Amino acid sequence: MPSIGRDDVARLADLARIQLTEEEIARFAGEFDSIMDAVASVSEVATEDVPATSHPIAMTNVFREDVVETTLTQEQALAGAPEAQNGRFAVPQILGEE
Amino acid sequence: MIRRSAAAQAAALGTGEVSSEELTRAHLDRIAAVDGDLNAFLHVDEEAALTSAREVDSRRAGGEELHGLAGVPIAVKDVVVTEGTPTTAGSKILEGWIPPYDATLVRTLREAGLPMLGKTNMDEFAMGSSTESSAFGATRNPWDRERIPGGSGGGSAAAVGAYEAPLAIGTDTGGSIRQPGAVTGTVGVKPTYGSVSRYGLIAMASSLDQAGPVSRTVEDSALLHELIAGHDAHDSTSLTDPVGDFAAAARRRDVKGLRIGVISELEGEGFAPEVRARFTESLDQLERAGAEIVRVSCPNFTYALGAYYLIMPSEASSNLAKFDGMRFGLRVVPEDSPTAESVMKATRGAGFGDEVKRRILLGTYALSAGYYDAYYGSAQKVRTLVQRDFAAAYEQVDVLASPTSPTVAFRLGEKVDDPTAMYMNDIATIPANLAGVPGISLPSGLAEDGLPAGIQFLAPARADERLYQVGGALEALLEESWGGPLLAKAPELTAGGATR
Repeated sequence: MPSIGRDDVARLADLARIQLTEEEIARFAGEFDSIMDAVASVSEVATEDVPATSHPIAMTNVFREDVVETTLTQEQALAGAPEAQNGRFAVPQILGEE
Repeated sequence: MIRRSAAAQAAALGTGEVSSEELTRAHLDRIAAVDGDLNAFLHVDEEAALTSAREVDSRRAGGEELHGLAGVPIAVKDVVVTEGTPTTAGSKILEGWIPPYDATLVRTLREAGLPMLGKTNMDEFAMGSSTESSAFGATRNPWDRERIPGGSGGGSAAAVGAYEAPLAIGTDTGGSIRQPGAVTGTVGVKPTYGSVSRYGLIAMASSLDQAGPVSRTVEDSALLHELIAGHDAHDSTSLTDPVGDFAAAARRRDVKGLRIGVISELEGEGFAPEVRARFTESLDQLERAGAEIVRVSCPNFTYALGAYYLIMPSEASSNLAKFDGMRFGLRVVPEDSPTAESVMKATRGAGFGDEVKRRILLGTYALSAGYYDAYYGSAQKVRTLVQRDFAAAYEQVDVLASPTSPTVAFRLGEKVDDPTAMYMNDIATIPANLAGVPGISLPSGLAEDGLPAGIQFLAPARADERLYQVGGALEALLEESWGGPLLAKAPELTAGGATR
């Protein structure tokens, strides 16, 4: 596997929407190769004939009756919002200027 | 009274020897006296705890039929949401947030009448093995304040070990209930995946997370597990099986003919000599009591740690996307660019600590185009191989055994700058999470530096009862040889801190 450099960490942070300082980028870039080396051994035994497991206890689709239940009120749902307006979440500008 | 087991406290409530209000007050006083040093609690809810204690007392006085644990106070890990009580998951990004609803298990505790003392400290979003990644400072080990109490649930284990609470709730994604139990001389159980509802747990890795009991005795864990287990329509992965009689299993004290498998891959290299010695002595005790000790090999466990550190960050990177500063929690608005995207970045940059950032970035990497098959895909295949190892082993034995953690509690700060070394703490606990099988950790004795070590038993999925059977039996044998519980050997905690 290729080595993970400063630019890769910056790109990952961008994808994950996390602002990092230059110091953090440098530090993570210095750590990630050794972490990925430590986990890369999984590919040694993960051969084509082995099926993948995504859930520990085998289950098929789980359904319940589609009945109306009491849920959070609008007021409760908005109680922890950083900003609310007219009974809705107020969020910063989403689209560009144009 | 606060040093008694939860079962004994419940019995004292039943006979009227003590009221729930008195018992709850005694624990709150203990917290006030020792928690300034330990930092096991992030939030203590004195008024609410006393109010619910008084309610139980009056229900009891009115002759109402109550749950066996009614009136016994409990502490809850801060990753579990509690209506009206702050819940942070150990993170700045949720500082001051008050959940609008209760987790299912919290509702169950309230309905059964267990006064909630408060919320316990933890590694941020349960990511860590030492509680040092908590944004609100590390918890200290009651046995030695310069040592870690394990993690991520170090707060729950320390609270129970220091007699601040007789019972606590933990969550275990890769060992976060069992490893803190081992290094604090307490008992912790990771139930079968789906045994306890995950509704209201702030998710780290949804296919691995499982809530469970933390206590000082095996029987107490059994009683708490029985209470919180069961199907929940709000968690489609919760099991529909009837809940077993765990407490009866814990009291059976009989291991004649029980086949115990020692996992060859989890007892050699990397395990401290005295931790191994206590493990072997524990097995000798069980053998003398009539159990059959067998060696089994689980060759793919060697790859479990790698698989875990790919699957867990991958799931976490997705689960933690909801902390974006839009609907709840912290919002940081940069002056130069107040768009939603830059608000998200600034909020997450300021709100998350190092370990959370590290794992989100690793997960993002493992899931990214070009690497997905090699990393995440391979890890999921290893998960199948680990399950096959368990299945083959359980054809020969009833339960499996290993030391819970490779070492006793290490010093605060010792591994904080070396993530790869920190991840090694979970080597023995992770396979159970990958396969969804249940595990218990209980004290095996004092090891290096006179600090506690733990022994872990694992059972097949849905056979949690066996853990309580073997755990209860071993606990009785060991306590007889020690002349009392291991925790009785811990140094006294005073308002000024433990002396050691």
